[in-house]
Amino acid sequence: MKAIVSVIGKDKKGIIAKVSAKLYDMDINVEDISQTILQDHFTMIMMVSLDDTNESFSSIADVLKKTGEENGVEIRIQHEDIFNSMHKI
Amino acid sequence: MISNNEIMETIEMISNQHLDVRTITLGISLFDCISENIDTMCRKVYDKITLSAKNLVKIGNDIGTEYGIPIVNKRVSITPASLISAANGGHMELIRTLDKAANEIGIDFLGGYSALVHKGMTAYEKTFIESIPEALASTGKVCSSVNIGTTKAGINMDAVKMMGGIIKRAAYLTKDQDSLACAKLVVFANAVEDNPFMAGAFHGVGESDLVVNVGVSGPGVVKTALEKVSGDLTEVAEEIKKTAFKITRVGQLVAKEASKRLNASFGIVDLSLAPTPVMGDSVAHILEEVGLESVGAYGTTAILAMLNDAVKKGGIMASSHVGGLSGAFIPVSEDAGMIKATECGALNLEKLEAMTSVCSVGLDMIAIPGDVPDDIISAIIADEAAIGVVNVKTTAVRVIPVYGKKAGEYAEFGGLLGRAPIIEVNRYSPSKFISRGGRIPAPLHSNKN
Repeated sequence: MKAIVSVIGKDKKGIIAKVSAKLYDMDINVEDISQTILQDHFTMIMMVSLDDTNESFSSIADVLKKTGEENGVEIRIQHEDIFNSMHKI
Repeated sequence: MISNNEIMETIEMISNQHLDVRTITLGISLFDCISENIDTMCRKVYDKITLSAKNLVKIGNDIGTEYGIPIVNKRVSITPASLISAANGGHMELIRTLDKAANEIGIDFLGGYSALVHKGMTAYEKTFIESIPEALASTGKVCSSVNIGTTKAGINMDAVKMMGGIIKRAAYLTKDQDSLACAKLVVFANAVEDNPFMAGAFHGVGESDLVVNVGVSGPGVVKTALEKVSGDLTEVAEEIKKTAFKITRVGQLVAKEASKRLNASFGIVDLSLAPTPVMGDSVAHILEEVGLESVGAYGTTAILAMLNDAVKKGGIMASSHVGGLSGAFIPVSEDAGMIKATECGALNLEKLEAMTSVCSVGLDMIAIPGDVPDDIISAIIADEAAIGVVNVKTTAVRVIPVYGKKAGEYAEFGGLLGRAPIIEVNRYSPSKFISRGGRIPAPLHSNKN
């Protein structure tokens, strides 16, 4: 299963390293990563694979949310299907 | 591959524009719970609901977490209860069991304390309808509806007459809560069998055993999309269609996933734009964005007709099965823009009635003075039913005659039900018309004008 991790907020030194480290700890592979300024926000979007992780989706979401709160950014993880459904016919 | 802009658009819709899945409603057939013995019926009903919907709340929350979209309500609808307790007359025992089951599984509401009397009424249905006020006043989560007319059968005016009194009685029995019981009671014409929204949801007699129906929402998303449109009304309608498509795709995804996990059939996605009292989640504000000083101004009905049509056109391709009420809801107490327009006098009951002729569903969550006589409420129901029956659409009346309060005061319900300014009604008497009873014959479907 693939999911999208989005990090939105003010740019902060080391944020990519911190998120990547958390994902690594949970055995989540990052397959693609892009970083840009969108609508005045620093935005990092990662495509990740959850095939190897033993963590439940909700605990992954909690870990990432907490990491975001500690660093002053919003971090979400969402199943890729919500984006595919909405934007692809 | 999805572009970053598309990902951000979805996230914006959810986090800033209140896009949510308003409800996952599990329809449960209770036909196999019928028994001559009241205790047996209650045990079977309790067991079936608590077993079938045991994981409904958890599954709803899990899906919400995985897709990152709030799933606001998890609900259950059942076979019209009047059919289940007909063999034993244990209506009150049944509703208490339903309420207990709803509390046990932690759902928001359970719909289907309902009777279908659009053509005629049996003795057991009469007793059942008479039980509604006390049933609603003595329980918390159960909602009720009564279908009093259809395009094929006409309007059962005996039932219409009865419902005026039933609504007033329900208002009296919950006088300490601003007549809250009336917010849980809907009078329908052309009721649909797969509606996921409350208070009017019930599980139709033609449905299978377990069915998932999903209601999406998103007035805020439509309003935001229209802020960028400066062109003519063709462009406005196109933008609404595109937005409705995206919203509905989310509903389709959630409905498919929920039905799989609940081991139920995928019923329908209801395309309704359902407002909440939160700022930025109003259907009235969409109409104002298109170009009205206030909802209620001339032009309101025309824009609402276009909005309703465009939402359906956009949504219908996005889902494999569309149903329910599908349109724009205009509940006064649940929409910040409607409340404001009512307060300043821009919107009155007559304009609301006109609006219901082009959108779902009807006169919804409208607080009226507590001293409005029974027969005026019956006549309001008759007018609304006539609009539905003649125009081959669903209409409904959910009015709250707030006991002890007058026009200009407020009814406070709290939560999703919101607060409603009490509005005056036309007091000229329809008494002779209502006391005649009988049936208004089904309308002609040719030579239409």
